[in-house]
Amino acid sequence: MDNLRQGSIKEAHRRPPFKKAHKGNLIEKIMHGVFLLAAFTSIFSLVLIVIFIFTNGLPMMFEYGLTDFIFGQTWNRTTFGLLPMILGSILVTIGAVSIGVPIGVMTAIFMAEFCPKWLYEFLKPAVNLMAGIPSIVYGFFALRIIVPQIRQLFGGPGNSMLAAIMLLAIMILPTVISLSEAAIRSVPRSYFSGSIALGASPERSIFSVLVPAAKSGIFSSIVLGVGRAIGETMAVVMVAGNQPLMPRGLTEGVRTLTTNIVMEMAYASGQHRDALVATGVVLFIFIMIINTTFLIMKNKEAK
Amino acid sequence: MLNQKIKVRDLKLWYGKFEALHGVDLDIYENEITAFIGPSGCGKSTLIKTLNRMNDLVENCRIEGTVELDGKDIYSKKVELNDLRKRVGMVFQQPNPFPKSIYDNIAFGPRTHGIKKKSDLDEIVERSLRQAAIWDEVKDYLDRNALSISGGQQQRICIARALAVEPDVLLMDEPTSALDPISTAKIEELVMELKKDYTIVMVTHNMQQASRISDRTAFFLNGDIIEQDLTRQLFTKPKEEQTENYISGRFG
Repeated sequence: MDNLRQGSIKEAHRRPPFKKAHKGNLIEKIMHGVFLLAAFTSIFSLVLIVIFIFTNGLPMMFEYGLTDFIFGQTWNRTTFGLLPMILGSILVTIGAVSIGVPIGVMTAIFMAEFCPKWLYEFLKPAVNLMAGIPSIVYGFFALRIIVPQIRQLFGGPGNSMLAAIMLLAIMILPTVISLSEAAIRSVPRSYFSGSIALGASPERSIFSVLVPAAKSGIFSSIVLGVGRAIGETMAVVMVAGNQPLMPRGLTEGVRTLTTNIVMEMAYASGQHRDALVATGVVLFIFIMIINTTFLIMKNKEAK
Repeated sequence: MLNQKIKVRDLKLWYGKFEALHGVDLDIYENEITAFIGPSGCGKSTLIKTLNRMNDLVENCRIEGTVELDGKDIYSKKVELNDLRKRVGMVFQQPNPFPKSIYDNIAFGPRTHGIKKKSDLDEIVERSLRQAAIWDEVKDYLDRNALSISGGQQQRICIARALAVEPDVLLMDEPTSALDPISTAKIEELVMELKKDYTIVMVTHNMQQASRISDRTAFFLNGDIIEQDLTRQLFTKPKEEQTENYISGRFG
């Protein structure tokens, strides 16, 4: 949700931070300190997390052998090859994004430009509500609705990569929709009138002028959607099958990086436990790549 | 004999319940510059927007009366809106080039109207930029983003963009009010050049500008046209007292 808000604040509205409290005003000075402390709290916890993950995870990775860990294809209590989970996460994310993003972006265009007011008043809160539903509820829904359907249509256990993909495609919708809509709405209306005045239809104006102008905002919404898909755990663990095997097909089970941790954390100890933390390291690096991409896009947008 | 291009008769316009124009009559002649002057909120911009039906975009906007272009009512149901706006181009107060390359800005209109061939587009882009007197300044940067050039240049890009669809009439809604004096002078010079080929209607806050470049002037006040005449006439021997008060700077 934090990222969501951050994304909708346009560069233009960003003001330079107040450097100093007003001279001589004690309360302002104290409040200044309070705010500073608040800011440091979040940075401090981030630093703690990084230290925890890397000090626990990295030694194991090197002890075990980095290539064996990253590219090993077998995972059990003594052998820790993470490749099945890495591929699982990547494939599930790609699948979810390729279904969720087109639907989300089209919904956003509809909401920003074509939606009648009465429908918008229903649609907007609905999308916001979607963002607020706990992931376990999504998981439960997928388990009871999507999984049996897949079992019926394609055979097999139903708990599968396809189930996870469809679930995540739904779960990234609110992120993609809200951010893309904000991006499209922030395009100056003067572009629209300019295009209309040239004799372009409203549709052409929207698709050839407004949407391209919102391109970088839409891309950031996609990047954040990817982040959400790759990080989701509880819902995925309910429907993905979770076998620690190389992905074999859409209707077969799959295990992702996140579910790998949650499946085994309860009983793991020793090197096994460290291997799970090391899974966290890999996940963390994925997220860092995604966030860096997001930042680069934001900066490009500002230019 | 002068050719009448646009004829407005008894035009009333409401924004919701507010009546912004109270039955306006106006004649605009071919290959002339017609200037609209008057204080803020007097209806000049509102009227200019009715001439290419940009007011259709405004919610709760309702009109009565007729606007004829070459003798045909532009508010009749038979009128193709996109064709109308192709014939009656518009330049806005704030330069509003699209966040695309200069080339794509100019080519947007022709592409919209079905011109696909690269060589045709190249030709139109060059011709339009030359007409807008900005070709020499941008010819080496056609793939640069149009937002990266100065405001005055952006406005001339917008004029070129409007010319690229080959309109008959060019509406300009205070095209220089956001620009510096040098850019303004360039645009004024350009507009005087353009009237050879186009009919130009221009809203301006700047009375000197109206007297410098226009052939005819219409003076607006509170949703009425108080007086319209040849510019020379209106500025030297106004018939109405209100006009005289306004142009002599007693209010406004």
